[in-house]
Amino acid sequence: MKPFTYERAASPTEAATAAARQPGARFIAGGTNLLDLMKLQIETPAHLIDVNGLGLDRIEETQEGGLRIGALVRNTDLAADARVRRDHAVLSRALLAGASGQLRNRATTAGNLLQRTRCPYFYDTNMACNKRRSGSGCSALGGYSRQLAVVGGSDACIATHPSDMAVAMRVLDATVETVKPQGATRTIPIADFHRLPGDTPEIETVLEPGELITAVTLPKPAGGAHHYRKVRDRASYAFALVSVAAIVQPDGSGRVALGGVAPKPWRSEEAEADMPRGARPVMAKLLAGAKPTEENKFKLPLAERALAAVLAEAKG
Amino acid sequence: MKFDTPATTNPIDRLKIVGRPTDRIDGPLKTTGTAPYAYERHDVAPDAAYGHVLGSAIAKGRIASMDLTAARAAPGVLAIVTAENAGKLGKGEYNTATLLGGPEIEHYHQAVALVVAETFEQARDAVEMIEVEYGRAEGAYDLAAARDAAKPSGKDDEPADSRVGDFDSAFAAAAVRLDATYTTPDQSHAMMEPHASIAAWQGDRLSLWTSNQMVAWSVGDMAKTLGIAKEKVHLMSPYVGGGFGGKLWVRADAVLAALGARAAKRPVKVALQRPLMINNTTHRPATIQRIRLGADRDGRLTAIGHDSWSGDLPGGKPETAILQTRLLYAGANRLTRQRLAELDLPEGNSMRAPGETPGMMALEIAMDEMAEKLGLDPVEFRIRNDTQVDPEQPKRPFSQRQLTECLRTGAARFGWARRKPQPRQVRDGRWLVGLGMAAAYRGSPVVKSGARVRLDAKGIVTVETDMTDIGTGSYTIIAQTAAEMMGVPLDKVVVRLGDSAFPVSSGSGGQFGGNSSTAGVYAACVKLREAVTARLGLNAAAAEFIDGQVRSGDRAIALADAARAGELVAEDEIEFGGLDKKAQLSTFGGHFVEVAVDAATAEVRIRRMLAVCASGRILNPKSARSQVIGAMTMGAGAALMEDLVVDKRHGFFVNHDLASYEVPVHADIPHQEVIFLDETDPMSSPMKAKGVGELGICGVAAAVANAIYNATGVRVRDYPITLDKLLEKMPDVG
Ligand SMILES: Cc1cc2nc3c(=O)[nH]c(=O)nc-3n(C[C@H](O)[C@H](O)[C@H](O)COP(=O)(O)OP(=O)(O)OC[C@H]3O[C@@H](n4cnc5c(N)ncnc54)[C@H](O)[C@@H]3O)c2cc1C
Ligand code: SF4
Repeated sequence: MKPFTYERAASPTEAATAAARQPGARFIAGGTNLLDLMKLQIETPAHLIDVNGLGLDRIEETQEGGLRIGALVRNTDLAADARVRRDHAVLSRALLAGASGQLRNRATTAGNLLQRTRCPYFYDTNMACNKRRSGSGCSALGGYSRQLAVVGGSDACIATHPSDMAVAMRVLDATVETVKPQGATRTIPIADFHRLPGDTPEIETVLEPGELITAVTLPKPAGGAHHYRKVRDRASYAFALVSVAAIVQPDGSGRVALGGVAPKPWRSEEAEADMPRGARPVMAKLLAGAKPTEENKFKLPLAERALAAVLAEAKG
Repeated sequence: MKFDTPATTNPIDRLKIVGRPTDRIDGPLKTTGTAPYAYERHDVAPDAAYGHVLGSAIAKGRIASMDLTAARAAPGVLAIVTAENAGKLGKGEYNTATLLGGPEIEHYHQAVALVVAETFEQARDAVEMIEVEYGRAEGAYDLAAARDAAKPSGKDDEPADSRVGDFDSAFAAAAVRLDATYTTPDQSHAMMEPHASIAAWQGDRLSLWTSNQMVAWSVGDMAKTLGIAKEKVHLMSPYVGGGFGGKLWVRADAVLAALGARAAKRPVKVALQRPLMINNTTHRPATIQRIRLGADRDGRLTAIGHDSWSGDLPGGKPETAILQTRLLYAGANRLTRQRLAELDLPEGNSMRAPGETPGMMALEIAMDEMAEKLGLDPVEFRIRNDTQVDPEQPKRPFSQRQLTECLRTGAARFGWARRKPQPRQVRDGRWLVGLGMAAAYRGSPVVKSGARVRLDAKGIVTVETDMTDIGTGSYTIIAQTAAEMMGVPLDKVVVRLGDSAFPVSSGSGGQFGGNSSTAGVYAACVKLREAVTARLGLNAAAAEFIDGQVRSGDRAIALADAARAGELVAEDEIEFGGLDKKAQLSTFGGHFVEVAVDAATAEVRIRRMLAVCASGRILNPKSARSQVIGAMTMGAGAALMEDLVVDKRHGFFVNHDLASYEVPVHADIPHQEVIFLDETDPMSSPMKAKGVGELGICGVAAAVANAIYNATGVRVRDYPITLDKLLEKMPDVG
């Protein structure tokens, strides 16, 4: 860990402004991801801005009948919220499938969205990694790639986004609210929030320097039956090989997003139009253009089978 | 005390304290966080500086240059140790690669520097400022590719090859044959406490507080590495947060703490950071195993062949995966061969039941496959091929062998009769359910072990031995032994372990520690009893030590009285005089497992596990059970997830932290049961006990594999059995 300076911001706008002013500044929320990365010098911020005291830890109902989730709401609190459990159950289930109780007590909504990949080469600073050091190469290509992306990757990076929560938010059509330095705000649909790696895998979202997430808003309840199926190598406390977030309506129509397969939660509205016809046609479209490695090509049939199991369960 | 005739009745047989389920006497210290582990010895070294290790960024080659300028100038830095400035260093007898690399690099994350600083954070930060230029050399990292160049490798008592009868002809002529190849991956001990040490010099004398299983070996290797006399090294390892064989030796933390303390002129503490542990220290090497079995139609084995390949650094040793095959099943024609390839991966070495763990992973799937070919129940097939003598030397019996009893008891208790012999017959909702079993086998070596016992005027019995407790419960069984021998309650016994100032013990490894170290305490207590009766003027042969008294005829004297005129001290060691050559000392068991496999995703979930063990007298059923369920858990990990993934381009284990090297969590292990058969083994020691902590893992993974086969009909011969290996053959969903 490199030495760094630290401040507590007084308001969201001030936090954003301070971040823009200080080169190499980062926000710190729960710290469960950032601190680990700092210890290994994968991240080396010169300055930390603590956003824990900004009053962004509330869940409010919106006029549209949705929920506005503060950026600092802890994963544990979000999963346990009665309104979330009733109306957006896929989100509760996704959260509870992630990490451990202790981590969820610290982890925040914004931090979870912005957690970085678990690609093992990203974690070893002796290894080339374009995401960690732009232009150094990608060790995972031709290396150990079992956990990594089958779709949406590039020749520069095939890392996955490891979040469970984000997959549920994608299927719920959430929007991300931010404040920029000097106080301008904007709303970003979750679909546009994470970027595909292309030639610049080090840039993971559309956030601008200093831009602070203030909340994530869920639209009014989508109805239907909510499923989150996380497939992993051990029963708990493991990242997804593949996860399926699905909302299935009584008529068989619905929505589906995948985790564990791509650099961002993976959803296609065109593909899910085929849900009444079963998992195969959905996956044919959703995973079209997939470029798996020898080690992770099993994720393609696995995703299809996991969705098929979800659809079968939804039918009862 | 020489142990060269079978044990007869002795005070241990009273079983007033030994053999009863007993809470750990060190439990309160551990549950309150007050047991002093090596890294936390603020009491002895309050001013310790912090050392942090830099591991090599390449697997093989040379350091071309190393620039320490920036690191030296970093805040708080007190000293930097490298091979260049450390002076001449030797290499420990038990180490394959040197513990401080440079300029030659032998494996990835080999230590190349230690930075010592005032704070942990300063040391860690400064390590990253060291600029190293490497000259990379080609290395061999792929066992399968190196297999053909592998050479026979063995030792005097474990030769590389063994042959009995004519395997080739018998196999060719067998009515039913199996010829299959199995692989097991490299695995990590992954214990909770990392390798950690504090070193302090007083002149030319070194005090080392460390986490180590084998105190005397490690004193020797510290001395050898540093080029000082053994007498100058005082090593203390009273509490060890798990070892599993990874702490049998001195590792970089200990040597670098000593060198760092010398350079910084003050005590230095070093803990290996988790991401370094996997490539810097030792691991269980991967194996490729070919097993050939031939049997007649009745299911009697006529030919048993087992070839094993593993790799290690030049000068290293093989994973002895064929050993159990020499001893487990009858069969007239036998062939085992052990081959070792040179690889430039980190050092392979012992991990819980080395040899038998991977060996049984393969052999016990092969037995399941063979039983199916023969149309026999797998339990019955094993029983049919049981033997009471060493099959390679039929004049040599097993001292005790209750394999059949273990299997029958296990089958009855587990409800084995309900198993469907045809695979993929049982469905429970979304799950395919199956049962599997395997035999358990592990040798039970005995090792010379010494102890000192003291009796004071308060009647307190204090035991001192350099034996270690690596979480196994040594403190407690040693206390039970002394209490039983001296006729006092447990709370009158104090046990002091893990200090090189104490008599040399067996140490903890190879499941020899429990039996050997308590036998050493037994020997010392016999001497103390003699001293007590002599002082009290009683007839030693007739005296009974009971309820804090010594009784002889109609006299009953308080034990404490013997020490009124001054503390009594007795020291002795148990020396094993060859009974283990006359008879084979081994432990046996049966593992039974029920699994459920998700029909859609092929995720495997264990539902219940049972182990039945026959392993001599169980000194403390409570801690023995803990040992076995821990071993079963580790076996489940081996079956389902544990896999150090080799990057064959760069030559290292990629998943070098606990986020990516997965071991079982609670949710993976819902229900475990352990049964110990009543057994005493007078050939083994006066304690009549044997090992159990390693028996518990042997065969578990194969039982899981066989259960998966029974559930799904998919036979996987390459561990771990992850869902991608099953998926293709799973039923249609929907
Ligand atoms: C052992 C382990 C297992 C895990 N398993 C899982 C799992 O199975 N599934 C899963 O989904 N996750 C898992 N996680 C990840 C966990 O969910 C994340 O670490 C956590 O959600 C991050 O939240 P945080 O608040 O601690 O973020 P921090 O570490 O504080 O921050 C993460 C990033 O977000 C930025 N940031 C934080 N707040 C804001 C804001 N308001 N605006 C802009 N930027 C911000 C920070 O600058 C930083 O870059 C695991 C983590 C660990 C350590
Ligand atoms: S996949 Fe991405 S994160 Fe992994 S090594 Fe390649 S560039 Fe780095």
